Parts: sequence; C-alpha cells; structure tokens
Amino acid sequence: MTEKNITLKIKRQDTPSSSAYWQTFEVPNKPFANIISCLMEVQMSPTTVDGKTVHPVTWDSNCLEEVCGSCTMVINGRVRQACTALVDNLEKPITLEPMSKFPVVRDLQVNRERMFENLKKVKAWIEIDGSHDIGEGPIMPDQDRAKRYVMSECMTCGCCLEACPQFTLDNTFLGASTFNQVRLFNLHPTGEMRKEDRLNAVMGEGGIADCGNAQVCVEVCPKNIPLTESIADIGRQTTWQAIKNLFTK
Amino acid sequence: MMNRKKKIIIIGGGLAGLALAMKFCERNGEVTVVSYQSLKRSHSVCAQGGINAAIDAKNEGDTPEKHFYDTIKGGDFLAHQPLVRDMCYQAPAIIHLMDRMGVAFNRTGEGHLDFRRFGGTLYNRTAFAGATTGQQLVYALDEQVRRHVHDGAAKTLEWHEYLGAVLDSEGICRGAVIHDLRTDEIYALQADAVVLATGGPGQVYARSTNSVVNTGAAATTAYMQGAKYANGEFIQIHPTAIPGQDKLRLMSESARGEGGRIWVPRDANDRRDPKKIPESERYYFLEERYPLFKNLVPRDVASREIYDIVYNQNLGISGDPMVYLDLTHKSREFLDNRLGGILDIYTKFTGVDPRETPMKIFPAVHYSMGGLWTDYGPDNDGLIDHGSPRNQMTSIQGLFAAGEADYQYHGANRLGANSLLSCIYTGLMMARGIMNYTDSLEKSVEDIPSTVFDDTRAHWQNRFKDIKKMDGAENPHKLHHELGDIMLANVLIVRDNKSLEKAVHAINDIETRFLDVKCLDTHDWANPSPSFINQLYCMIHLSKIITKGALMRDEFRGSHYKPDFDMNQPKDFDPHEYIDYLEQKQYGEVSVKKFPADHLDYMKRFEANNEKWLKTTVAQYKDNQPEITYEEVNTSLVTPRPRKYD
Repeated sequence: MTEKNITLKIKRQDTPSSSAYWQTFEVPNKPFANIISCLMEVQMSPTTVDGKTVHPVTWDSNCLEEVCGSCTMVINGRVRQACTALVDNLEKPITLEPMSKFPVVRDLQVNRERMFENLKKVKAWIEIDGSHDIGEGPIMPDQDRAKRYVMSECMTCGCCLEACPQFTLDNTFLGASTFNQVRLFNLHPTGEMRKEDRLNAVMGEGGIADCGNAQVCVEVCPKNIPLTESIADIGRQTTWQAIKNLFTK
Repeated sequence: MMNRKKKIIIIGGGLAGLALAMKFCERNGEVTVVSYQSLKRSHSVCAQGGINAAIDAKNEGDTPEKHFYDTIKGGDFLAHQPLVRDMCYQAPAIIHLMDRMGVAFNRTGEGHLDFRRFGGTLYNRTAFAGATTGQQLVYALDEQVRRHVHDGAAKTLEWHEYLGAVLDSEGICRGAVIHDLRTDEIYALQADAVVLATGGPGQVYARSTNSVVNTGAAATTAYMQGAKYANGEFIQIHPTAIPGQDKLRLMSESARGEGGRIWVPRDANDRRDPKKIPESERYYFLEERYPLFKNLVPRDVASREIYDIVYNQNLGISGDPMVYLDLTHKSREFLDNRLGGILDIYTKFTGVDPRETPMKIFPAVHYSMGGLWTDYGPDNDGLIDHGSPRNQMTSIQGLFAAGEADYQYHGANRLGANSLLSCIYTGLMMARGIMNYTDSLEKSVEDIPSTVFDDTRAHWQNRFKDIKKMDGAENPHKLHHELGDIMLANVLIVRDNKSLEKAVHAINDIETRFLDVKCLDTHDWANPSPSFINQLYCMIHLSKIITKGALMRDEFRGSHYKPDFDMNQPKDFDPHEYIDYLEQKQYGEVSVKKFPADHLDYMKRFEANNEKWLKTTVAQYKDNQPEITYEEVNTSLVTPRPRKYD
C-alpha cells in the first residue's frame, strides 16, 4: 500500500549569492508519480506544510524521459535525473537539493556552463570541410560504431562531475564527461585527424593526470557510459602523445 | 549590397535552427541562436527511431520518387508537392552529411549505413542510431555550431526567450524582442531576418509526448502579429506511448519497425499474464485488418484502430485503455543493439522489462503537421529553387519559420522518421534564400528609426510588468491543465462537431478566467512565472486555432477523423480505379457499367469532397479570434487519390 501523500523537503535559494533554506511540501501521491510530477503539484499549490504560501520552487527540466540531461538534481543524497526518479522507489520523506559542484542559479537550478565550455576546450566535434554534398561518410565496422554510440549518449547532465571528488566548484578539472568526449571523437576516422589537439588539451592542469581514480563517475552515470574505460584510454593516449611531443616539439 | 556580414537571429536550438545556423555561418553570415535553455537540450533529442532517406541500401528498388509518393499519400495529399519532392531528393545527401559529422548510425556488415522499416512504407528507408537518433543528430549539429561559436562566427543566447518580432512601418521584420530568463531584462535585437525554429505546440494538450518547452508560444505570437497559421487542426496522435502523470512518453515506431507486434486478448475478460496467452487467443488486429502494411500502417491509421479496439470493441487489456506492444519474440542481443534506448526508458518508467514482458501502450498527442504558413519558390522541374527568398518565409516579410514550427511537409499526417528529415532539410535549404532576401531589401536595418525597436521593446516590458501585477485567484498551472483536459477530451483522435463546439465554449471560459490569474512569483531573478503566464495566453489562442479549424473542416482526412464524414471506402476498392475513373471522365460522363456501382458512387463522393476540402486551412488573427479561410494545395505532381493500406 502506497502513501496517500508525499512529503518533499526541498533546499531552496533565491539568488546565486543569497543563502539557502529548506521548505517542506506535501503533495498527493498519484500512479506513476515521479519527482517532476511532484514539483508540478507544488507549482499548482505552492503552500508549505506550515500553511505558508510561497513562490513555487524552480527547477530545470525539458524532455522528461532522460535524454535531454536537464533535470539533474540531488535526490535523497544521490545525484540523478528527477524525471526517472519514481516516487514509489524512493525513501520518504524525499529530500531535493541542487547539485553542489555547480553554482546555484535558483532553487534546484544550477549553471552548468562549465561543461559546455569544456567541450570547446577539447574541440569535441568533427572538422568537416563543409556541409555541402561531398558524398558518403567513412566506412566503419559496426563494432566501432557501437563503441562510439555508447559514449555519444552522454547528455551533459553533470552526474559524473557531481559525484567526482576531484571536481570542485572552483578548480579547473575537466572531468569524466569531457575525457569521454575526447575518446569519442578520437575514435572516429575523421575525428582522429585532430587527435593531437584534443590530447594536448587534456594535458596539464585540470587534465587527465588529475583524475584520482575514485571510479564513482561510472556508478552514477544514468546512461551507463563506461567512463572509467574512457579515462584509462585517454590516459594511455595522452602518455603516448606526451612522449611523441618530447621528440617532435 | 551592404558592407557588412548579413545577420540573422534564429530562435530555437533544435535540428532546424542548428542546421540553419551551421549553413549560414558557412556562407559567411552572422548568426545569433536564441534558446530557452542550454543548447543540446531541445525537444529534437526526443526523436527516437530514425530519419528517412531512399538510399536503397538493401537493393529493394527504393527511390526518392517513391519516398515522395509515400510521404504525400501518408499525408492524405494535403502537402504541397514540390516541397516534399525536393525534401525527399535531398534526403540521401542529408544522411551522408550527418554521417560525415560523426553520427553513430548503425551499420551493415560491410560498414555502410544500415536502414530499417518504418510506418507508411514497404521499404527499409530509415537510417538510425540505436533508438536515440534525434539526440545523436542534435549533438552532431550542436557540435558544428559550437565549432562556429568557438571560431567567432556564431553567438548563442541561451536561457533567453523570444517574445515577438520587431516590425517596421511597412510591416517588415527587422529584429526580435528577447527576454533574458535569468536577469529578467527585456531588449530588442536588430537583424536582417528572424527565423522561428521553435518546434511544436504539444503543451496545448498539457500531457503529450512533447517536452516542457513545446508551448507553441513563439509561433502563436507571430500569428497574433499578423502571420498566417496553417492546418492547425492536423495534430498527430502517436499510436504508442507510455502512460504517465507528467508526460506520455513516446515508444518509438521503430519498435514495430524491428518486428514489434500489437495485440490484445481476444477475450475481453482474459486476465492472464500475457506470456501465458496462446497465439490463437491473441488478436493481432493491425495484422488482420491490414495484411499488407500490418503493424506499420501510418500513425493516423494505427491510432484510430487502437481507439476502436479499446472504446468500440471494449477489448483494452483488463478493461483499461491499453494494448500490448510485444517484442518478446526477439533476442535480447538484437533488441539491445537496435532499440536499447527506448526499452530502457520503458523499464525505468514502468519497472517492467519489455525484453521479457509485452509493453502496455496507448496513443498520445505527438506532433503538429500544422504550423506557421510559409512560402516557397518552385523551379521548373517540380523541385524547389533553393535560392528563392520566398523559401520558408511566413506571411510577415523577413520572418521565417522552419522545422515543426512550419506547416508544409507532412500534409494531414506525418510519416514516422520524416520529421527529423524535414527539420534538417528546411534548416539547410533556406540559408541561401535568406541571403538573397537580404540582398533584395531596399532599406537595411540600419536605416530603420530606433523608435521602432524602442516601442516594441517597451510594449513587451509593459506586458511583463502587467503580468507581474496579476493577482487574481486562478493558478496558471492548474488553468493550463484544464485547457489540456478540454483539448484531450474533445480535439483528439475521433472528432465530432458537438464536442468541438463544446470545446470552443470551454476555451472561451478559460480565456475569461485567464484574466483572473495570479502571478505566483514576482521576483526579478530567474523567475519562470511571468513567462509561463505569457505562454499560457499563447496556448489559449493556439487551442482556438486548432479547435476552430477542426470544427469547420467537415471531412475525414489523415489525422482529422470525423466519423460523421467518413466516406466509407468499399472494402474491395483499389485506388487505381480512381485514376482510371479520372481518365475516363475526360471523355465525358463515366458509364455506370465501367465500375461496380458502390465504387463509382464512392469515387464521385471522393472527388466532390476533394473539390471542397483538399485545401490548406489558414487562420488569421481577427478581433481576438482565428478567422479561417482556405487556400489551394499544390498537387501538380501526383494525382490525389484514396489512401489504402490493406
């Protein structure tokens, strides 16, 4: 028998510089309820358990089916997407907090700009000549494609970075998701042509050598991306690149 | 000719917007992409099954011409034919481009692109990247645009919302008013052209397969500024979705493309575990009713049949509005490789593994074939002149639309895996036309008095000030759900004029109650409440367009099904008879001896109905209501005829 009502304890913050505070809400439990539908209930009647009417909680979300990466937050102490967090499977009361490794924008919203900037740093793209019609792409074994596909499902959600002990609010560590992108593009026949640029970008401060090998990234990845394999592989590729640099630069 | 780079503002960071951004940068233009959220998170990522191109990798004799015909027939002949034909001819080059950009498309043994089946065709025409093709395509285009941002050619304004177009004294679009969703600042941007690539309007129904941002607000604002909105009543209901509180999640057509079968127990009281029900006691109703296309009939057909099974035959599983979608006869390895992404979604949201147990699914609102009316420039070969400034331009000069936000490519019903194609196609195709449009302008944006921009900005600033002052009794989110409930109850798969009239009145009530809305949050930092209230206002107007269009269209075409106007095609009718009939008509009255009497009668009725209704619906904003008129459809390439899939 499931409960009639769900209690949500939510960590709130009005602006990036103001201090955080907690509020508790009670929402009706409905079939298939997830954290998003609970937050929608709060929007429809934004009153705390103390009977105080407040402004509705704000959060990021879009696709609600775990492909866009928007609605990452810390639920009962664990970082994950709110859409796939089904209420029936969660300990009650449920606590919701914003991710701690990114600056809070407001309530459960954080600024993940750093992740997108890192994609630029490592040139996470294929350098095509142009989008005009110049025929087929490179032929590729399906096994290689399958290997790349798993990596390319990364939705820049930030779970791996939230869990990583090395990644902090104020350092420059690139983190597992970025290393995984380097591997993804280095594995493509055209992408490989710019392999050196990407490997040079992950050397030095904040780079691959700073990884403490805690291996928690892979545990929290909602897409089961083999992040530790990616890190190990990029570690090896970078070592070879460093040796090569010694002789060529 | 101006002395600077041509600059455009693209609203929306989905496939259409990103494709255009990339192409325009390559043509040395200056691009600003405005997005409601971070790029990479647009609704295009939700597309699952694949993207169509007649590459004929399986040596079945597929051609772009056949792709064109399937698309036109799938859309019940309501789409403008030269555009669809051009899109289908461009499709192979588009797939090869996306492949070059690194999309992890599944491959054959020899390492070429692999293709699978989808609805409304008998060919393996759909390229796919697992079952997250939309996500993979968005990422590839996003990466290219990111590269242009890195190189300084493009700029992005993420967490910004489009509020409206800046129109000069001649009604030409000269820029856009943008709302910073973090700082709450509202300002006007100048541009040579503005492009709305803002996706569909599924949120009008509150619960659909669409994402949270798909409110249709940008397109509706354009309509309220004078742009025509076309074919609004044609809303696609996807046959297979997973029930949910916050959203009805899509279960891709590719599940059936890879062999998934739809069935219900033959006995309505059969409550056994589905795996324990023997083959002979299962009703594979699509296979029995459509022996040629089987489970891969087009979406409008499949949704109607599921509706019939559940509500007319009362055969829903355990009396609930659900049917089985069964993949359990396929091996785990095969399923993981080709459908892993969507099967994981099902498992995560229901706790049931579809590799072991048949899925329970039901139709849900999915896509709008209608959208902003846009123009095109045909060439002399039944294709499109890609340099024409008319391409994708709305009825407001200088304001363009692309992707799901426009209306031209899918007629009365879209075929699966054609939406990703139409999004990328429009984005790529329109770039040259916009360049030429800019050259043709007599006055440049610099010649426009600054008051034009100041006034429009002030209009929106005042609008938001007024919204923040709203202090009534209605919760805007509750009102949104009530609007959605009205639409779901009355403007869905099966439509009748009584319910539609009821919906018109109910929407008017919602509009009145909207005046009594309370703005729940008046902060000026990262406050979504005023924006949502503005979007709700737009959704109310969009629901009027959809409902009035549906009410007025007294026929059955594609997704718009009114049983009262079903012409009841005779069971043994062959669509080719109709072509024969038209030919014979050229020589005078067709003799009653030439065709069976009921066929002849049907064909006459069909012809008369097309005379009247094979038209584009055009809604224009007049006195706070949509005024509906009709326009001719370009059917210059293939003769419209009755559809048949059995």
